[in-house]
Amino acid sequence: MDFSLLRNIISRYCVGEENWVDSRTVYIGHKEPPPGAEAYIPQRYPDNRIVSSKYTFWNFIPKNLFEQFRRIANFYFLVIFLVQLIIDTPTSPVTSGLPLFFVITVTAIKQGYEDWLRHKADCSINECPVDVVQQGKVVRTQSHKLRVGDIVMVREDETFPCDLILLSSSRHDGTCYVTTTSLDGESSHKTYYAVPDTMAFRTEQEVGSLHATIEYFVGRINIYKDKEEPVARPLGAENLLLRGATLKNTQRIYAVAVYTGMETKMALNYQSKSQKRSAVEKSMNAFLIVINTVLKYAWQWSPDRDEPWYNHRTENERQRHVVPFTDFLAFMVLFNYIIPVSMYVTVEMQKFLGSYFITWDEEMFDEELGEGAQVNTSDLNEELGQVEYVFTDKTGTLTENNMEFIECCVDGNVYIPHAICNGQILSAEHEDLFFRALCLCHTVQVKEEETVDGIKRGIHQGRPTSFYISSSPDEVALVEGMKRLGYTYLRLKDNYMEILNKDDEIERFKLLHVLNFDSVRRRMSVIVKSKYLLFCKGADSSIFPRVVSGKVEQVKARVEQNAVEGLRTLCVAYRRLSESEYEEACHHLTEAKLALQDREQRLAQAYDIIERDFVLLGATAVEDRLQEKAADTIESLHKAGMKVWVLTGDKMETAAATCYASKLFRRSTQILELTKKRTEEQSLHDVLFELNRTVLRQRSISGLSVDCLDFGLIIDGATLSAVLKPNQEGAGHGNYREIFLEICRNCSAVLCCRMAPLQKAQIVKLIKASKEHPITLAIGDGANDVSMILEAHVGIGIMGKEGRQAARNSDYAIPKFKHLKKMLLVHGHYYYIRIAELVQYFFYKNVCFIFPQFLYQFFCGFSQQPLYDTAYLTLYNISFTSLPILLYSLVEQHVTVETLKREPSLYRDIAKNSLLRWPVFLYWTCLGVFDAVIFFFGAYFLFDNTTFTSNGQMFGNWTFGTLVFTVLVFTVTLKLALDTHHWTWINHFVIWGSLLFYVIFSLLWGGIIWPFLNYQRMYYVFMQMLSSGPAWLSIILLITVSLLPDVIKKVLCRAISSNLFHSINHPGRPLRLKALSISVI
Amino acid sequence: MMASSYNAKDEDGHITVSGPGGGTLRSKKPENTAFKQQRLPAWQPILTAGTVLPAFFIIGLIFIPIGIGLYVTSNNIKEFEIDYTGVDMSSPCFNCSQNFSWNSTRPCTCTIPFYLDQPYENNVFMYYGLSNFYQNHRRYVKSRDDSQLNGDLESLMKPSKECEPYAYHENKPIAPCGAIANSMFNGEPVSCCAHQTHSSFHLYLICLFTSLADTLELFYNDPNGTKIQIPMTATGIAWWTDKHVKFRNPTDNANLTAVFQGTTKPVNWRRPVYELDTDPQNNGFINEDFIVWMRTAALPTFRKLYRIIPKKNSMVPTLLRGNYTLEVVYNYPVRSFEGRKRMILSTISWMGGKNPFLGIAYITVGSVCFFLGVVLLIIHHKYGNRNNSADIAN
Repeated sequence: MDFSLLRNIISRYCVGEENWVDSRTVYIGHKEPPPGAEAYIPQRYPDNRIVSSKYTFWNFIPKNLFEQFRRIANFYFLVIFLVQLIIDTPTSPVTSGLPLFFVITVTAIKQGYEDWLRHKADCSINECPVDVVQQGKVVRTQSHKLRVGDIVMVREDETFPCDLILLSSSRHDGTCYVTTTSLDGESSHKTYYAVPDTMAFRTEQEVGSLHATIEYFVGRINIYKDKEEPVARPLGAENLLLRGATLKNTQRIYAVAVYTGMETKMALNYQSKSQKRSAVEKSMNAFLIVINTVLKYAWQWSPDRDEPWYNHRTENERQRHVVPFTDFLAFMVLFNYIIPVSMYVTVEMQKFLGSYFITWDEEMFDEELGEGAQVNTSDLNEELGQVEYVFTDKTGTLTENNMEFIECCVDGNVYIPHAICNGQILSAEHEDLFFRALCLCHTVQVKEEETVDGIKRGIHQGRPTSFYISSSPDEVALVEGMKRLGYTYLRLKDNYMEILNKDDEIERFKLLHVLNFDSVRRRMSVIVKSKYLLFCKGADSSIFPRVVSGKVEQVKARVEQNAVEGLRTLCVAYRRLSESEYEEACHHLTEAKLALQDREQRLAQAYDIIERDFVLLGATAVEDRLQEKAADTIESLHKAGMKVWVLTGDKMETAAATCYASKLFRRSTQILELTKKRTEEQSLHDVLFELNRTVLRQRSISGLSVDCLDFGLIIDGATLSAVLKPNQEGAGHGNYREIFLEICRNCSAVLCCRMAPLQKAQIVKLIKASKEHPITLAIGDGANDVSMILEAHVGIGIMGKEGRQAARNSDYAIPKFKHLKKMLLVHGHYYYIRIAELVQYFFYKNVCFIFPQFLYQFFCGFSQQPLYDTAYLTLYNISFTSLPILLYSLVEQHVTVETLKREPSLYRDIAKNSLLRWPVFLYWTCLGVFDAVIFFFGAYFLFDNTTFTSNGQMFGNWTFGTLVFTVLVFTVTLKLALDTHHWTWINHFVIWGSLLFYVIFSLLWGGIIWPFLNYQRMYYVFMQMLSSGPAWLSIILLITVSLLPDVIKKVLCRAISSNLFHSINHPGRPLRLKALSISVI
Repeated sequence: MMASSYNAKDEDGHITVSGPGGGTLRSKKPENTAFKQQRLPAWQPILTAGTVLPAFFIIGLIFIPIGIGLYVTSNNIKEFEIDYTGVDMSSPCFNCSQNFSWNSTRPCTCTIPFYLDQPYENNVFMYYGLSNFYQNHRRYVKSRDDSQLNGDLESLMKPSKECEPYAYHENKPIAPCGAIANSMFNGEPVSCCAHQTHSSFHLYLICLFTSLADTLELFYNDPNGTKIQIPMTATGIAWWTDKHVKFRNPTDNANLTAVFQGTTKPVNWRRPVYELDTDPQNNGFINEDFIVWMRTAALPTFRKLYRIIPKKNSMVPTLLRGNYTLEVVYNYPVRSFEGRKRMILSTISWMGGKNPFLGIAYITVGSVCFFLGVVLLIIHHKYGNRNNSADIAN
């Protein structure tokens, strides 16, 4: 549920304007407008039911089966199974039907259970009680029965059941406070306003008597009073309460439902999370196609054999044989074992079980949070080993998001909280004003300890307390900083802000206006009344141009110095307003607020008029400390060949300073700037081309020298949107996108500052779609990172301070940024190595298994005669050879954990899917074919016209098959043993255990006449074979020969790579280790 | 009044307490076991020239002697093979092979003289060989009913449908059913021995022309002109387990005729299964010739054990050097599928029949290993010393 809601919040912000055009008229309380006003058109809206489940009880089986068989692998096996049912095939349908049935059933049960949980969640939401005002009375009903136009009463701490327009609130000023914690994780209280004309309503009777219509599309409410002209009032976002948010600090509100059920904005854009398909699976599909070709060739090789007199067809067979396609199908059945169902099962199991190692990892456990890493999807384990681009959020991810007030500077005098005692502050006029300004100019709320949670907290802290809440941690830090300097902001009561000054006197200021912060102005102001003062604080760039007096130079110098140190700076200024000026300002503001059209724009204009002629007071500096080992982690990621991008909403200087501190940029890094400042001077076109030239020149030089300068790019949001904007000016300017990508490709680090959440996702999408199709990873902690986390191949959430949204929407969640290192370099590396071996080994062992079968067709008249007994065919992948590879793929460590952590460059060895590329695949295929040829022809020449036993008796075709099969099982198991670098007792147990099991099974299988079978072809075959000396000798010989090439290859690779190492004059561990990991392959 | 900043919280408004005293710490902490932390003690072998080197030499040193031993043994085995299909005009069996007709009741016999240039000691094994005969064809391999052959009375009367189209004949169940049994190669001359009329031991099988099968007889041409038939035994040619467990007559009743009442013989047979031999221990389904035939061969060219010529005593070779005659009752048609028929005489050693391949393969692999060992030794000497010094301490 949360996912979809959240996603919709995102898409809401991302998509921006919703594009429905119908006029939506809501009749409040379902009352007709007075006659003559306008025509009453009853409209039908859906009820308030939310449906997130995929299946119903009735459509579960067909729909789920359909979903499952849409997977190409499942479909393939289904076809095989059907073919086996229909035509006369070499093997019984059970051999492929049983595993398929098992896989499908398990998956269906899992999905059914998940859907049942969704049903339950839906149900609890839809059934939840709601108070509706009907005929002046409050009636309790269920959430899903809500209709558009109903007037709803919501009490404190209740969640809004649908999208509502606030009519009135129990607060006098007609406001209510709302948190959207459950939507986006933001905990601050947001203020919403009631419609002015209805805010006076206090009781349900009054509200019930309201007679009004809402024209939602226009954003207007028409209120009909008795026999008067309707009053039209504008509606805006400040009146709209969204479903899912919670009412806080307000006793109750009355509101009218405007959107219900699946029409609420959250639900409208509901989309199921697209299945992230891993790169490995794609490779497997490619394999499938190759196999199909092989099948086809096998079929074409089959000539139309006649029937010799000793082997007639039945009439049925004769008729059926008219269709030549049956041969093709029969071969398909015979060879389909090459991609066994069990491979998919094993891969799924490996991923599922393997992901536990992440959650079990003690090193990724954070004592402070009390949480370890979480795995939300195990489909992507191996992609962790393939990451090429890391997109990271700054605040809360690289940094602690624990703002600390460092210093303030008033007219060039620096105050540092812990360095001074009370009374040392000069009582100059500007100082007084400065501290008051900081105490007044904010939107911080004081949370009184009254809720249960608060009490709990109070006990833990050991003191009854109130604390500050704000959507911006900076503001909290500032207000707290002020407290430490002796000025405590107490509360906002009845529009009076109370401050405890350093002389322990309470000062009260009447709050007249708040000019809210927005990211365009990048400042906020308050107007308070003691002598009509306007206080403004904001980014230096937005304050300085408006300053008329004050010690600008000193403050500016300090601000710049602080910014370079990575501190977040704000400037504070004030303006004295005369009575008339205040009246004028008031006039501007109210006019803008009441405007029906272009309200935003007019507000901005009004702010612009009011916020000027400032007197500069000073500046503040707040520090956001880097997370522990952030620099080390970034450095390791760099060494591992990953490109790290920092995407932040912060301003460039601060972000750049953080980047230097976190070693994203080093001193040697040449910084390329692509910022608004630069593009204002030159055209974007020129800047881009110039940067591109710089980068390319460098690359051509660095082709000669070994170590090159690395580049760091800084780009800001505005420029980025200009770059990404589709070019309308024709082809002449070329494609900025491509040039930009080209530049990025050559930069080891990129800093994107001033980014909107949507832009973060855009960037990820851009890189994802670039022509190399790199694997991207996004890591973040806040709700604003969710879009990029969802967009990237691998999304990692930090269980941070800004709520759990990022962690919930991510594929993996970790407590701290530093854990990313182990996640990628150790776990990612292992998973990739393991899954690569798993996939290729599976392929190899099935080539070994099936290729002799294929060769045998040349010697049995292409009659699809299986070489092996049915039991062997069925059990080969299920039990004889399955456990060793599964356990290998769970516990293999080709290099130790410590080495991987110490040498991040090892990660480069597996970059770009290097272990699953065609040459490697080809090697495995060749090895498989070679081994298969050895098995088959080895046995062939031994069997050729000779006796095996010392009593002169002959062996038959089943002994032949069993001989091949025995060599096969031993060879593929020993091949895995050769590949194993990490022999734990588990490996010993499963490898030797599997071989032993094979022998015991064979003895048993051939040991008795099985009463339930209609054939006894294997009776005593295995024992007879073992009683023959030459059979033993040939088994040993064939196993040796089959393993020989791989051993030689391994030894040679090691020799060559260590030779390589010694020929380079840098004797050090990295290359030596590289040699080691090469030989792993 | 004190205040502190708002701290980490969950989406449902719960405040997660940071710092000391946070309740659920211990339960969530992962266990510190070697397995969960991927720290299981492990043996980490690394295949280097140094470690593999001794293995190669050892393999070489073991394989080469084994190979030589096998090769010598194989060379000491005497084997004689003769093709009596009769494709050439000059071949004695040419006529027989040409005149085949399904309905002929007259047997065609041919005599092939041959010369053994060395004496065969110990037991000599006589095989018949067929080429281009796909006993391993899928339709053929499955065309049998193991329950019926195991003496199951129900299956006797109701053969499995796998036997189709050789399951029923004239609405009677065929015993033994299936294509394999139907096309049995070797027949039993024994019951006709009573009717031998000819001095040259030719078998005139007028009365009981047994089956489609060929019959092979071996005669030693004494230097003084007489033909001496070589005595051969027809038992011990099938697997013991097959004869005693897998194949069983429907009842142990000696009167097989009664047991098989209601069934019919395979279409191509001239005699029912209960008349394969006079010896009750070798009659019916447990007839060894039949059992041998029922073990389908792996490859289209195969041989099957026909008879054993037991050794007389340790002084005299079983088969003396000299001229021999092979008398064939030529019935089995192979021309239609371009098959070949052979007769093989072979002695057997501990490693079975003559098979130089195994010995050669061992010698080759042993040599290759040895050679590789030398190559690796060079590699090891060139780079190995430094490797050792920089070896990884895992």
